Amino acid sequence: MSSSTTVPALLALRGHAQPLEARVDAANNAVWLDDHRLDASALAWDVPAIGCVYGAALNFRGLRDSLEAAFHLPPHGAPPRAPVLYIKPRNTLLAHGLPVPLPAGVETVEVGATLGVVIGRDATRLPLDHAAEVIGGYTIVNDVTIPHSSLFRPPLRFKCRDGFCPIGPWVVPGDALPSPDALAIRAYVNGELKMRNSTANLHRSVAQLISDVTAFMTLRAGDVLLVGVPENPPLARAGDVMAVEIDGIGRLENRLVLEEGLLPEAAP
Amino acid sequence: MKRARVIFHGARHTATDEGAQLRLDDGRLVEEAEVTWLPPVEPRTVFAVGLNYADHAKEIASRPQDELLIFLKGPNAIAGHRASTVRPAGVKFMHYECELAVVIGRPARRVSPADARAHVAGYTVANDYAVRDFLENYYRPNLRAKNRDAATLLGPWLVDAGDVSDPMNLELRTTVNGTVTQRGNTRNMIFDIDHLIAHLSSLMTLAPGDVILTGTPEGVVNVNPGDEVATEIDGIGRLVGFIDADAAPPVA
Repeated sequence: MSSSTTVPALLALRGHAQPLEARVDAANNAVWLDDHRLDASALAWDVPAIGCVYGAALNFRGLRDSLEAAFHLPPHGAPPRAPVLYIKPRNTLLAHGLPVPLPAGVETVEVGATLGVVIGRDATRLPLDHAAEVIGGYTIVNDVTIPHSSLFRPPLRFKCRDGFCPIGPWVVPGDALPSPDALAIRAYVNGELKMRNSTANLHRSVAQLISDVTAFMTLRAGDVLLVGVPENPPLARAGDVMAVEIDGIGRLENRLVLEEGLLPEAAP
Repeated sequence: MKRARVIFHGARHTATDEGAQLRLDDGRLVEEAEVTWLPPVEPRTVFAVGLNYADHAKEIASRPQDELLIFLKGPNAIAGHRASTVRPAGVKFMHYECELAVVIGRPARRVSPADARAHVAGYTVANDYAVRDFLENYYRPNLRAKNRDAATLLGPWLVDAGDVSDPMNLELRTTVNGTVTQRGNTRNMIFDIDHLIAHLSSLMTLAPGDVILTGTPEGVVNVNPGDEVATEIDGIGRLVGFIDADAAPPVA
């Protein structure tokens, strides 16, 4: 095992009403609590205390390049100008380690590996050179998505199912990372590396995205901005373990489980 | 019963209607002009249904939906009765949308249309502004057009579901500076409240505090700084909003 350096992090542990501060070993997904080193899998996690989760679609260059021709065809007609956002509502939020329900009739979902930028203070109309100042922290998000080809209408059916936004395990404060613009992101299915990319390939850098979003709407303290899911997200099926890793932050892991096996049948 | 959430002299209260006055939760009687109105519920997830009146769908040159068009609103958008909303500098077409808002009172998962109404806590009025200049054909209606700050007013009252005998037969109207510009009736929704709740609860679990904006009928017109916009639904309330000029220069 490597003797990795540690970074501070805010931990939300299940059943605890307030966060803990601890040091985490991001490379090995371990937590130092009172001089004890614990693997993240040994703790029961809760969803970090966050506000609204906004995702930025079409924010990786490779993805935009692959869609460039389609951008000019109906129903789009032109490439997107402003950031294309969507919301992952409260029902989607899920802690590290908990099972993601796969809705009946759905065969596969995309593992949407992405960086979540936690906003540190209310942010409205921020010029680019001040945008990074509102970054409160970083976390890992799996923007679980039912594959869909049309980007014309809002993706409620594909992105907003219960448990479709695993987030965590923890939040690393903004000043713990030198820059969010060259972070390696990896997605795994059943332990096998299926996708790797980097925030160096963002169409809008993190600061640019914050500036361009806050040009038309306020991001509030605690809101989370997903910077984008890279092209070619891996697919997962029922029973698969999905994992997202981001250098300097950690590893978020959740198993995909048939919804019918997870929850009692609704009363007739 | 209808209830509001207000700020009176710096403190938050629940208030009930006493004619032209408000009765605070502690018994004090205060003038409407003395309070600041908050949204009558602190919404959790806010769903908005697009193109749910055939006349409005035709008006904005969209095909009436054979599939539900539903989008979400963020907390930045939500404001209360008598809020002002900025008209962005340089835009050509910003309009209101008068909508019946359904507030969920009990968790709802896989609820049938026949059982849907039991999950409703009550109703309020929404005015969900749009800035059409910013519409783009990606996840349309996109957030830049529909999720601007203070662009979704809710209020003034949450009216208990039990006090609304038929929410599917309510007259809606909007006046701009006193002139009626929009009229409709909730009976002309394409997907009624029961089907909206059934559909949403088939996709996800609805929770108390979730709000469903059920769409707007025809009659949306441009509004300008200084305008007073009143969206009104019979038996539910009259929600007033104001349009403010932008402090910033126009953006491309």
